[in-house]
Amino acid sequence: MKRLIVLIVILFLGVAMYAQEPSERKKLPSVNIKTIDGQTFNTQNIYNNGKPILVSFWALWCKPCKKEMDAYNENYEDWQDETGVKIYAVSIDDARSTAKVLPFVSGKDWEMEVLLDPNGDFKRAMNVNMIPHTFLIDGNGNIVYQHTSYYEGLEDELYELVKKVAAGKDISKH
Amino acid sequence: MKRVLLLATAILFIGIAARAQFSETIKRSEVHGSFEFDGAYYMADEGVGITDSMINGQNFAFNGFGKITYTLGKFSAGLRYEAYLPPLAGFDPRIEGQGFPNLWAMYTTEKFSFTVGNFYEQFGNGLTLRTYEEWMLGYDNSLNGARVTFEPVKGLLLKGVYGMQRFYWTPYTKNSRGIVKGFDAEMDFNQVIKGMSDSKVRLTLGGSFVSKYQADLDPLYNLPRNVGNMAGRMTLGIGKFNLSTEYAYKINDPSAINNFIYKAGEGFLLSATYSTKGFGLYAMFKRYDNMSYKSNRAVTANGLDINFLPPNTETHSYMLTSMYPYNTQPNGEIGFQLQMNYKVPKKSKLGGKYGMGIAINYSQVNDIVRDPVNVPGTDTTAVGLPGTDGWTSPFFKFGSRIFWQDFNIEIDKKFSKKFKGSLTYMYQSYDIATLEGHTGMPIVYSNIGVVEMTYKFTSKQALRWEVQGLWTDRDKGDWAALLLEYTVSPHWFVSVSDQYNYGNPDEVNRINYYTGSFGYTRRTTRIAITYGRQREGIVCVGGVCRAVPASSGFYVTISSSF
Repeated sequence: MKRLIVLIVILFLGVAMYAQEPSERKKLPSVNIKTIDGQTFNTQNIYNNGKPILVSFWALWCKPCKKEMDAYNENYEDWQDETGVKIYAVSIDDARSTAKVLPFVSGKDWEMEVLLDPNGDFKRAMNVNMIPHTFLIDGNGNIVYQHTSYYEGLEDELYELVKKVAAGKDISKH
Repeated sequence: MKRVLLLATAILFIGIAARAQFSETIKRSEVHGSFEFDGAYYMADEGVGITDSMINGQNFAFNGFGKITYTLGKFSAGLRYEAYLPPLAGFDPRIEGQGFPNLWAMYTTEKFSFTVGNFYEQFGNGLTLRTYEEWMLGYDNSLNGARVTFEPVKGLLLKGVYGMQRFYWTPYTKNSRGIVKGFDAEMDFNQVIKGMSDSKVRLTLGGSFVSKYQADLDPLYNLPRNVGNMAGRMTLGIGKFNLSTEYAYKINDPSAINNFIYKAGEGFLLSATYSTKGFGLYAMFKRYDNMSYKSNRAVTANGLDINFLPPNTETHSYMLTSMYPYNTQPNGEIGFQLQMNYKVPKKSKLGGKYGMGIAINYSQVNDIVRDPVNVPGTDTTAVGLPGTDGWTSPFFKFGSRIFWQDFNIEIDKKFSKKFKGSLTYMYQSYDIATLEGHTGMPIVYSNIGVVEMTYKFTSKQALRWEVQGLWTDRDKGDWAALLLEYTVSPHWFVSVSDQYNYGNPDEVNRINYYTGSFGYTRRTTRIAITYGRQREGIVCVGGVCRAVPASSGFYVTISSSF
C-alpha cells in the first residue's frame, strides 16, 4: 500500500513536470542571502539591465562545479563582449567554509559575481537537488533554461543558448 | 486516513495548480518542485562479507522525496513528501516510513515575512541556531512552528522563531522534546548609515538569543528547564582584509552528550582573510567547549540539534582523500586552519599559456585542556563526572591529544586546449579512537596522492581519469584507486572505478571495491545507474557524519526539478 502511494506521487510529479516544461516561466524568488564579503543581499537584486544572466550553484567541496566555474571564467570576457551576459556563482558552502570562499575566488582569479547561500535558502527556493545546477535568465527576468551536472564542453552548449536569448529568440523547444 | 487525505490534497494541489498555469485569469501562479529517488538492489557478495541472511529478504531499499512549491505574488506554500521503504543501508533505522514531514506557508512583503509550518533558519554561523536538511545524511532538524522576519530599514534584519523540531517520524507529544524560541538581529552599517554606503570599511554586527524549554522529569538531578544560548558576531572588511568572528555562551545544560555536567558552554570562531587578484589567504581559529545544544537532552545520535558547530577542516572529495573525514567533537575541541590560493599568471615561466593554480591548506584540531573543578588537594572529584561542574579549561590552551592534522597541496594546470590535470598530495593524522569511537586504536597517519587528468577529444567528448594511492601502516593499510570517466556533453557519462585495499594486513580483506556507472542528464533531470561494491566508510556533510556499511548490488538515482 505504502509503495503504491509512493509510486502514485512519483507519477504525479512526473506528469506535473512534463506538463510544465514547454511553458517554463519562472521569476527569481525573493530570498535574503549574502555577498561574498558577508553583507546582506536579496536575490531580487540579481539584475543585468535587460541582458541575459546565468545563475550557477556551486560549492568548494564540489569538483565538477569548480571545473564549470573555471570554464565560464575562461570564456567570460569574450561572452560579455558578445552578449553582455552576467554570471552569478552562488556558493552553497555552509558556515564551515563560507569565509574561505572569498580568498579561494581571489586565488582563482574568477571574474563573476559570487554570492553566499550558507543555509541553502536560495537553493531550496530554486528547487536545486544537486550541484552544479545552472539557470539561464532572459532579459525580462524569466528563467528560460536550467541544467544540472557539468561535463567538459557543456559551456559551449550553454553559450549557444545565451546567444539566442541575447538575440531575443525563444529557446523553450531546446 | 490522514495519509490518504494528505495525498488527495497534494493531487488536488497539482490539479489546481496545473489548471491555474494554463488559465488566463491566474497567470501569476507558479508551481515548481523537485524530486529524487535513490534506490538500491542489494545482493549477497561473499567478497565483501555480505550473505543472504544479512540481507534477510530486504534486497530492495530506497530513499525518495518529492517537493512542490506554489507561489502567487507575495504568498507561497509548499510541501515535501518523503519515503524510506526501507531506508538505504547506513541510514538511521528510525527514518523508515513515509509521509509529509514538511508543510509550510509564507507571506512576504517588502519589510515583513511570516512563515508557519516547517522552516529552515540560521542565526550567524549557527552557534545558537541552525535548522537544515541534508539529504545525503538523512538529516532534518527543521523547526515546526512560526517565524517572523522584519526589516524596518534596509540593512537591519530582525528575526523571531518559535517551534519544535523534527525528529524522524516521531510526533510531538508533551515533554517528549523541547520547545525552541529564538531571536536574531543583524545590522549592516553600510546599508543603514547613508554616509557609509561607499566606505572602504564594511561592517556588520549581529546578535542572537535562543532558548529551549524541556520539562525536568529526572528522578536524580535537578535540571534547568530553560536553557539559553546567546551569541554576538561581527564581520569587518577593510579593503582587501576581511575579519569575521562570533562568540557564543550557553548556560549549563546537563545532557546525555556531556555526561550530565552542569558546566556552561562556549563557542568561538575567528577568521581573517586577505584577497587580491590571483591571491588569497585564509586563517581561522575556533574553540568549542561543551557546546552540544539539543532540544532533547536524552538524545545522543544525530538529530534534534538546535545549533551547528562548523568544523574547521578542509572537505575532501576524492575517493581516498575522503576516507578519514573529520567529525566535530561538541564536548570540546580547539583548532585552526590556514589556506593559501595562488594563481601563477598566464604567460609566465611556470604558468605557461593558461596559468597554474596552487592551493595549500593546513588544519589541526586538538582536544581542549580539562582541569578538575575542585580546589587542588581538598577533594579528588574526577573531571567530567555527572552532577559536577565538569571541568575548567584555559581558553587558548591546546590539549595534548591531537584529533586531526591535515596538510594538503593541490596544483592544477591546463597544458593545452585539450589537456589539463591536477596533482594532490595530502598528509593526514586521524585519531580514529576519538573520531570513530574505536577505543584503543592508534592514530592513523597516512600519505595520500592523487593525479587527475582530463583529455578532450572533441568539443563535447572527454575522458577523465584519476589515479590515487593512500599509504598507511595503521587501520586497513594501503589503498590504490583508479577511475575512468567518459563524458559526452551535455547528456551522457560512463565511468568505471576500483578501490583496492592491497595493503590490508589481513590477506583475506584485500578487497577490490569496483563499480561501473552510466548516466543520462537532460536539463534538470538526471538518471544514473551504478553496479558494484560500496566500501564501508563515513559520509560527512558539514561535519555531521553517518557510517555507511559495505554493500554490493545495483544503485539507481533519479533526480529532477521543474
